[in-house]
Amino acid sequence: MTFLQGVFYFFATVLVFAAAMVITVRNPVKAALFLVLAFVSAACLWVLLQAEFLAIVLVLVYIGAVMVLFLFVVMMLDINLVRLREGFGEYLPIGGLVAVLLVLEMVIVLSTDQFGLEQMPDPGALPADHSNTRALGRLLYTVYAYPFEIAAGILLVAIVAAIALTLRRRKDSKYQDPSWQINIEPRERVRVVKMPSEKKS
Amino acid sequence: MIQFMLDIWNLFPDWSQIAMINIGKIVLILVPLLLSVAYLTYAERKIIGYMQVRIGPNRVGPKGWLQPIADAGKLLFKEIIIPTQASRYLFVFAPILAFAPALAAWAVIPFTDKMWLTNIDAGLLYILALTSMTVYGVIIAGWASNSKYAFLGSLRSAAQIVAYEIAMGFALVGVLMAAGSLNLREIVLAQSGGPHQWYLLPLFPLFLVYLISGVAETNRSPFDVAEGESEIVAGFHVEYSGMTFAIFFLAEYANMILISALCAIMFLGGWLSPFEGILPAKILAVPVIGTVLGNGVHWLLLKMSFILFCFLWFRATFPRYRYDQIMRLGWKVFIPVTLVWIGVMGGVMFLTPWGFIFH
Repeated sequence: MTFLQGVFYFFATVLVFAAAMVITVRNPVKAALFLVLAFVSAACLWVLLQAEFLAIVLVLVYIGAVMVLFLFVVMMLDINLVRLREGFGEYLPIGGLVAVLLVLEMVIVLSTDQFGLEQMPDPGALPADHSNTRALGRLLYTVYAYPFEIAAGILLVAIVAAIALTLRRRKDSKYQDPSWQINIEPRERVRVVKMPSEKKS
Repeated sequence: MIQFMLDIWNLFPDWSQIAMINIGKIVLILVPLLLSVAYLTYAERKIIGYMQVRIGPNRVGPKGWLQPIADAGKLLFKEIIIPTQASRYLFVFAPILAFAPALAAWAVIPFTDKMWLTNIDAGLLYILALTSMTVYGVIIAGWASNSKYAFLGSLRSAAQIVAYEIAMGFALVGVLMAAGSLNLREIVLAQSGGPHQWYLLPLFPLFLVYLISGVAETNRSPFDVAEGESEIVAGFHVEYSGMTFAIFFLAEYANMILISALCAIMFLGGWLSPFEGILPAKILAVPVIGTVLGNGVHWLLLKMSFILFCFLWFRATFPRYRYDQIMRLGWKVFIPVTLVWIGVMGGVMFLTPWGFIFH
């Protein structure tokens, strides 16, 4: 076993362990944190595949943005763990059946020679000046320009729709208008009173 | 003697030689970094002291120079109190998570044209990815302490960091458009040719946005609602004591140094000398004066020191922002400003003959 293989098996073990913990650990915050660990291990595996751009973007987008917001929401939820556990035994047989079927299907599909090693030959060592980022960018903006733009358009529509769905102005909530706050006349706020000094009694 | 040492060196296998050289480089970066973190706290107390017509710390050692050492010693020997019902492992893990990214990001910082630890192609993305991970320390600290004050402080801080990260990322998009590269070394080299070529001038709005977002990212005054002594005791680290607290404290200063280094590299020309292109090559060839006035790591350190001084200056000058004003500034002012400037840059670079301004 070479050094690289050892590193691969280490990160793969951590990834599988973290993914298993996400669905078995009771506390939702800890589950979210295990999901972060799974993302980090996946990013490390991608670095081993010399896909450093994808690895860094996985960390940047999923760990740096998506999971932060997710954690944010999960932390503020008041989840009753006892109620979550109710009905676990009831659903166990049917859930277990589905899980076993899924695993069986995956085994059957993956054990065919469609996914064999000979289908995916080693691409060989890349030249020293190979830039993953540049290669990806060149492909995205030339060969796949239209799919890329369409994906961007769909995402934009999703963003606008999400904001439009939640945008409602409550009449009873108080909010401030900064331009109104800044553009005030001092005369409206302070009244300067001129009066003669009074004698001490 | 030299031959003998070379023989010993060659006894080691190749991979261990590479590992030892890299560990040596890491030590060479981290030890001065940690020392400067310690002395930045001293500088802060001294500078703010003078700005407020006080003297500042002057008791420990000559002129108070040993004050940070004394502080560190005091915090080391204090008890680490873990609150009841706190999530024990996460509670101890949070300060590490806050501190580690600030150190790991130095792996890609180029100090001069030939001095760096690694020179990876996606350096700018690496920096963005690592700085976006610092928020976990804050969130986990607030949640694991099992305290309402800590939790409120961490929510405020996390919302602020997430908001300003977007403006910061967009400011960096402008830099990478101008430089045409994600590699930090190439970004600095693209600015060579004299101070008018630094991205400070063509990308001035982005520079301002980046600097102010950097202040907000590190939770420094005037954006220090995460600590907000007068409102929520001390924010997310209210339950921490001893060394665990000290690491949060150090993480803040390490992040400041990192932001100032990035600012110097991306907008102020990194290690490039301001006299480049102004002084004739004859002067730069003179032994001592030439090294001082020419390009070198001392210019990077000088630029970083100036930005760090600005950080301290801000703290002594501005009153704390109100929370809703912080959010408004981040979302409604900075993000539109950066987006407009990126649009202007793209238009000028590709549609008009004045594209050379941004190159």
